[in-house]
Amino acid sequence: MRRVAIIGTGQTVFKTKRVDVNCSELIFEAARAALDQAGIEKEDLDAVVFASAPEAFEGVHAPDCWCADAAAAIGKPSLRIHTGGATGGSGALAGFTHVASGLFDVVLVAAVQRVGESPDAQKILNTIWDPIYEKDFALNIINACAQMAVRYMNKYGMTEEQMALVSVKNHLNAFNNPYAHLKLELSVEDVLKSRVLCWPIKLFDACPRSDGACAVVLASESKAEKLSANPAWVLGVGASTDTYGIGDRMVDDEFDLADIGAFVRAVREAYKKAGIRNPRREISVAEIYAPFSNLEIASYEGLGFCEKGQGGKLIEEGVTRMDGDLPVNPSGGVQASNPIGATGLVRVAEAALQIMGRAEGRQVDGAKTAIATAAGGAAQFYTAMILGKEKP
Amino acid sequence: MNETVEIIEIPGKWDISFRYSAGLTASKFFAELKKGERFLATKCSKCGRVYLPPRSFCERCFIKIDEWVPLGLQGTVETFTLVQDKFEGFPDPPYVVAYVTLDGADTAMPNFIEGLDLSDSKVALKKLKIGMKVKAVFKEQREGRVTDFVFKPL
Repeated sequence: MRRVAIIGTGQTVFKTKRVDVNCSELIFEAARAALDQAGIEKEDLDAVVFASAPEAFEGVHAPDCWCADAAAAIGKPSLRIHTGGATGGSGALAGFTHVASGLFDVVLVAAVQRVGESPDAQKILNTIWDPIYEKDFALNIINACAQMAVRYMNKYGMTEEQMALVSVKNHLNAFNNPYAHLKLELSVEDVLKSRVLCWPIKLFDACPRSDGACAVVLASESKAEKLSANPAWVLGVGASTDTYGIGDRMVDDEFDLADIGAFVRAVREAYKKAGIRNPRREISVAEIYAPFSNLEIASYEGLGFCEKGQGGKLIEEGVTRMDGDLPVNPSGGVQASNPIGATGLVRVAEAALQIMGRAEGRQVDGAKTAIATAAGGAAQFYTAMILGKEKP
Repeated sequence: MNETVEIIEIPGKWDISFRYSAGLTASKFFAELKKGERFLATKCSKCGRVYLPPRSFCERCFIKIDEWVPLGLQGTVETFTLVQDKFEGFPDPPYVVAYVTLDGADTAMPNFIEGLDLSDSKVALKKLKIGMKVKAVFKEQREGRVTDFVFKPL
């Protein structure tokens, strides 16, 4: 396998509805910005990976058709990647594989979602559930993530206050991110008093639904060194999948819903490839896919930032705040912006910006190693990518 | 040029109907549900895992399953949520959705838990716990669907 680096990123501003552009114009903004940051033109691209999650959000079937022109895919090999919320992360992994394989030197990964075109995202998300056994029971992503929160609370004693601390941190971090959708100065009390959606998840524990796009340019070693003074090297990647039925993850500890088994496997694989043994010490910054505050706490453990059951304590100690020794989601994370199919790629782009030293107001000083994760499906698909300043 | 443009939205609606093939395994399960007496699960001949709702293959052993085992109505809450907000196309809140493992099964099924007083969520959440025993209660009118029963506290 060849060495691969990220040499450019592009993001749109995320908001509830971007009425000034259509879907393909939205992805053009991100693609153009990524090419500009990489200092290349579309002729320099060898292939394009297009990524978007359920097309019922856009209400246009197969948006890869609509977006091909705007994703710079004309005249090149291209394909669409879709793993629900993990779509952007899987797209980045596909782009990495394209280059690592030796078949392509420079690849653009472009991801988009327009969640604001239809009135209620959860009505659409209900349709990802099994129409034979499960869909009738009012399941949606908030409901499913609340089920995960209750399972986790019962196992490890996580409190609603700890969840609120995560929300306060992320919404505050978003003020430093010019692309963020929600920027909210909240107290723990504000979060606890906000409207209950699916207990224990309250309004301010939840992500918004956002329109937006993101793009990333990946390049082979020789191209990266020629084109970029400060590329973000891919040190390791991992991915894993869990069962469709959430009820199938309650059989034994190894696969328990509370511990997000597939996430743990994806992260461990990425650490192994990157040679990371002590993530708490070796990772400088993390951009993780946690659309609800409870999932960030459970993710701390999956990421090896603390022992099992200690995630709540980690946020209480402030370790993952911007002024802590291991900032998580300096961008505000998914709680600040969630253009679903693009969100996983935003994590990768933000991690790359940290490594390139281009994260401006949200820069973590001296960031050397960053991890970006994504999660999607019926809380089912997980990806992890580790980026570093030093060539592996 | 300082031109004011009125931005237009084109209305759209997807109106597509489907007929989902439940298959032989689910169809047998549904026919039994319609009788309103018990549940039929499937059991993997290799690992012994009992699947409810029944599956025609074992995901772990990756072999076909054709052994059926009857199960009773009592089970245990594995996790739940108390929904307190209105989502378009979903029931009016409050309501409880839980995953329940029936005694003898190795997998949990989602369904509503009815029969709890939800008028005060704090009071309801004191009663609603993981590990709580519930029983499946069949509806009077059954149509051979997974919605033919709900769970109620034991």
